[in-house]
Amino acid sequence: MSELFDFTLGLGDDALIAAQRLGEWTSRAPEMEEDIALANIALDQLGAARLLLTYAGELEGAGRDEDALAYLRGDREFRNCLLVELPNGDFGVTMAKLFLLAGYQLPLYTALSGCADERLAAIGAKARKESAYHLDHASLWVKRLGDGTEESHRRMQDAVDQVWPYTHELFTADPAAPVDPATLRADFDAVVSAVLDEATLTRPADGWAPGGGRDGVHTEHLSYLLAEMQVLHRAHPGARW
Amino acid sequence: MYGNDFAPPEDGPGGGLLGEVEAAEAALREAAARARRGGPAPDEDFAAYFTDVIDADQKIEPRDWMPEAYRKTLIRQIAQHAHSEIIGMQPEGNWISRAPSLKRKAILLAKVQDEAGHGLYLYAAAETLGVSRDELVELLIDGRQKYSSIFNYPTLTWADVGAIGWLVDGAAIVNQVPLCRCSYGPYARAMIRVCKEESFHQRQGYEILHTMAHGTPDQKAMAQDAVDRWWYPSLAMFGPPDGDSTHSAQSMAWKIKRFSNDELRQRFVDMCVQQAEILGLTIPDPDLRWNEQRQAHDYTQPDYDELMQVIKGNGPCNRQRMEHRRRAHSDGAWVREAASAYAAKQRNKEKVAA
Repeated sequence: MSELFDFTLGLGDDALIAAQRLGEWTSRAPEMEEDIALANIALDQLGAARLLLTYAGELEGAGRDEDALAYLRGDREFRNCLLVELPNGDFGVTMAKLFLLAGYQLPLYTALSGCADERLAAIGAKARKESAYHLDHASLWVKRLGDGTEESHRRMQDAVDQVWPYTHELFTADPAAPVDPATLRADFDAVVSAVLDEATLTRPADGWAPGGGRDGVHTEHLSYLLAEMQVLHRAHPGARW
Repeated sequence: MYGNDFAPPEDGPGGGLLGEVEAAEAALREAAARARRGGPAPDEDFAAYFTDVIDADQKIEPRDWMPEAYRKTLIRQIAQHAHSEIIGMQPEGNWISRAPSLKRKAILLAKVQDEAGHGLYLYAAAETLGVSRDELVELLIDGRQKYSSIFNYPTLTWADVGAIGWLVDGAAIVNQVPLCRCSYGPYARAMIRVCKEESFHQRQGYEILHTMAHGTPDQKAMAQDAVDRWWYPSLAMFGPPDGDSTHSAQSMAWKIKRFSNDELRQRFVDMCVQQAEILGLTIPDPDLRWNEQRQAHDYTQPDYDELMQVIKGNGPCNRQRMEHRRRAHSDGAWVREAASAYAAKQRNKEKVAA
């Protein structure tokens, strides 16, 4: 049971932290339409996070609900991958992060929708449709920016180079999990390579592969993100909102 | 949308006004069904025809002849409204990252997203009058067109998100419901949609305050403090008193505006009094009381000198809001340029392929 809890918590934390970062874009996007799109994707991630954290809380059986898990854990207890906690950077970095995250979440949720655990299967079935849209949206921007102007090409290539090392952690083998992330790598590689090619971008060489998120060892960024996210909730213990 | 997963409070606000929006929508359909005269008669001048359509409570549509001043007034008003939606994303967006529960975070994200949507379709309504969105955005960024002054006040606590929903969105709805019957068709139709969503936002704000007012003493104090700070600026949203309002008379004649600033302000005060009682919060006006003779509440006017100062750019957040908007616009320039360049390349490819 604890294996399933860890797995569910990790996915829920991925979605929650991704939502928190995307929410930072509100009123700052390059176009009004994009403000709406980013808020939409943030809402999808937040929705998935709520379902996953609620389920994780039930699996644990210690009475923790979605808010207890989101607001009352420290950074060493979070199980999200490092990719989602990286700062937004410019719009190119944000799209690189979203593109690679969606490239992972889509095959993940798709596989999950056919897994034996009914709750996870239902969450996967719902979330995969959203992930397909996220991947589509981010792919379009990766292509526009990669094959747009000289400046945008340079920025997009920098962004992909900067974020790429953090993808390896996503596919760390976990044979006991409902879906072994290692089995998703081929799908991810195929989709990502095709889009990068079309965007006239170079796929970075594999090398440095930072990790540790799933064990609660994060970058320096997460603690700040949580400090902001949790400040009000923690200032009023036990209050209802 | 995720997060909007709760039933509205039974005694929540917005019901009566929403009914008015629906009535306006029905009237709009009815007017369309009555069918306008097919256009000016050969010997009739355009101005007479225009007046005729207005008098008959029909809608002026984009291709119709209209007085230049009518067009200009509408462009100014619709653009200011659109700018207000876009700038209005900032004070509330300020609390998305710190919303105290995941449900509230989702509701707030969805609300701020709705505002961006309102901005977009209001700019689209303005575009039907022969001006481009890019031009209007430039006017905002250069400070040559205004947005609602209310957004130049800061959101200092979470309760401000509730107070904005209850009071600011409430005042906006009272202002906007009559616009659902505006003589310009595209604006009237946009306002019907906007008002429906705004009334939902108002209920959400009310619910935030209701929960806090019935929560811990700290929460209740926070809610009261927010109402204390937002009450008078909300009253000022209706604009200067009727005697000092510069645009009103002509707009009334054109049926762009249907009620005076003071009439709408009174309607808002009367609406809030009972809601404040249910909330268990106090409206910060010692002279607020029912006047049997007028069948309305007497109340203290907002500080119009303060309003004029904020309009002139001297509110607490004018500079911050404009700086934020300008930065988002300039930071995004390279992205918009890339999107145009990419689209041009794709068009060329299609041409070559064809």
